[in-house]
Amino acid sequence: MNLPFLVSDKWYDIRDLGNLSGAILDQLDKVLPYGLVYVIAILIGFIASFLIFVLPTQLFLGVLGERKIIGRIQSRYGPNRVGPFGTLQPIADALKLIQKEALIPTAADRWVMLIAPIVFVAPAVLLFAVLPFGPNMVIADVPVSLIYFLAVSSLPVLGAFMAGWSANNKYSLYGAMRIVAMAISYEVPLVMSLLGVALLSSTLSLQGMVFWQKDVHLWMIFLQPIAFAVYFICVSAELNRTPADIAEAESEIVAGYLTEYSGMQWGLFYGMDIGYALAAAAFASTVFLGGWSMWGLEEYVPSWLIFAVKTQLFYLLFLWTRGTLPRLRIDQLMAFAWKFLLPLALLNLLIVATEKVIWTQEELGDGIVFLFAPINIVAAAVLVYAWAKVNGYRPENTPKKPRMVKDATGYIPASGGGR
Amino acid sequence: MTPGLDHFLTVGALLFCLGLIVALSKRNAIGVLMGIELMLNAVNVTLLAFHRFTESANPVAGQTFVVFVITVAAAEAAVALALAVSFYRNRETVDVDRINLLRS
Amino acid sequence: MALEGFGPAFAFWLLSAITLISAGGVMMARNLLHAVLFLIVTFIGVAGFFILLSAEFIAMAQVVIYVGAVAVLILFAILLTPRSARDNSETVWGAPAALLSIALAAVLIFVIHDTAWSETNSFQAPSVEDLGRALLSTWVLPFQLASVLLTAALIGAIMLVRSPEEEAEDALS
Repeated sequence: MNLPFLVSDKWYDIRDLGNLSGAILDQLDKVLPYGLVYVIAILIGFIASFLIFVLPTQLFLGVLGERKIIGRIQSRYGPNRVGPFGTLQPIADALKLIQKEALIPTAADRWVMLIAPIVFVAPAVLLFAVLPFGPNMVIADVPVSLIYFLAVSSLPVLGAFMAGWSANNKYSLYGAMRIVAMAISYEVPLVMSLLGVALLSSTLSLQGMVFWQKDVHLWMIFLQPIAFAVYFICVSAELNRTPADIAEAESEIVAGYLTEYSGMQWGLFYGMDIGYALAAAAFASTVFLGGWSMWGLEEYVPSWLIFAVKTQLFYLLFLWTRGTLPRLRIDQLMAFAWKFLLPLALLNLLIVATEKVIWTQEELGDGIVFLFAPINIVAAAVLVYAWAKVNGYRPENTPKKPRMVKDATGYIPASGGGR
Repeated sequence: MTPGLDHFLTVGALLFCLGLIVALSKRNAIGVLMGIELMLNAVNVTLLAFHRFTESANPVAGQTFVVFVITVAAAEAAVALALAVSFYRNRETVDVDRINLLRS
Repeated sequence: MALEGFGPAFAFWLLSAITLISAGGVMMARNLLHAVLFLIVTFIGVAGFFILLSAEFIAMAQVVIYVGAVAVLILFAILLTPRSARDNSETVWGAPAALLSIALAAVLIFVIHDTAWSETNSFQAPSVEDLGRALLSTWVLPFQLASVLLTAALIGAIMLVRSPEEEAEDALS
């Protein structure tokens, strides 16, 4: 095998598991008839990824970490009865959910209701196919993997819509309407913010972006802080995380599109919410935080470990916002997407395009990014502050210490003229 | 059987004809729009099949054309759905047979 | 040059089955929502055809635009119209339309199989970079026109769906 990257081509080099699996498959290919090795690879890969990746991250880091950490943020303990420190709580929950009956209302659209969880779950598995875990550790290194990720991550909305519509319940239908409206609104600034990233690194491949950030020795978050902020807000809105979880707001519309679901059908929706959050965190750490590269540290530490740590740290950000921020109203969220995020993303695109033209026309070296980064950070702060002031958001009224609700004068004013 | 140009063209033709049936026969305006989208997709399949299998002086012309077709289809869908919603507000129907305000 | 090997042939027949059956589902489904779900399956099948024809970017654009935007817009429009408008029945023109389409399909398939197409043996799949350069150099004028068209469609759609109360409010302010 010819591997021009930083990892040696010894199969036992565990810094890159791609070598090991490649060696095993090569040996198997000599023994087995043509093509069978791919079937075996798919099966082993599916089982192994389920055992190694999905189970620990989903159940222990995902569900347990989410419940423990959010519990701590909200001044309570979280699960602490089942197993040591409550670590077996997710398994107990899963067993309970599997035992429960999956009810289907008589007036519901039976087939659509059965298919909806599958449509919701399947894209989450597909998302991880293009994420690079190391120099050779990417399952499908397609040249358009950025757009692939966007395309596949727009599919689960359909599953959620099918779930909400098929239950034949007015609260479910409200939840479905809300999730569709949210998805279609927040998709626009999200794509606009990622357009700037693709423009600067002049590639649409996620692996290529990691190599770009490795070559210029600077992460994309420092070059495009606006794009990072817009991506973070948009993705947490699309994923129904708490500042924007109006599609399943318990206090407004029972449980939104999940109202009529029970048993493991509900469990699939709940578990895959965390799966999508993990995928979004992995994507953000690939695009904005340098992926598996860490300024030379990847020579000594396995690259997939760096990637996993970055992903989990980014996932903590999701948990933090979920534990601390209150839920917004739907008109506030819509106005925020179209009036605040979209213009900011467009301005970011303008700045980045200007810099890219300067960079290529003047034939400057890679070092110029260290000049661009402070400019962009200052520009980001000024733009966010100025645009918030123009829009009437008043960050200077943020309470420094707790006070009564009637004294805190309108942190975010009701948009839409207050009809 | 290895799929060649004529196989792809056949699929495109069948898809186009199915879309034509939907577009001509549906009562609901949104159903008619779905038929038109099917026809546009069939045309895209045909264009890319020609792009893949026949010689061309410009090697990216086929894909460029498909990009424009998709753009126009998106714009058309947005305006058509806005028309349907607007018409429903005024007449309380989206039945294409009852969109006959100009008939005396 | 046909697509050699077992994989592409299998993918082609599977995709044809999925696409045509779900397109038939769009025609046959009695419920308009079911028709939209079948339409989404058709879109994804067509995206599979695009990948088979080595146009990955177009396939991804197809999924983003058709499944992520157009289908969702259609769902939204259906939800904004009432329950009574959600049937997918035919008008009296159903039988003539079917006859016309079958005749057209027969003619098209006859022509397709009767023509001696000049197939090429040297196909180089253009990369996304080639496509981008072509869009911004050779076809820059249509590209700009398409963006103007999209803006016009955006403004037109917003103006069309404004309710009378909103217009009255804007006139006052």
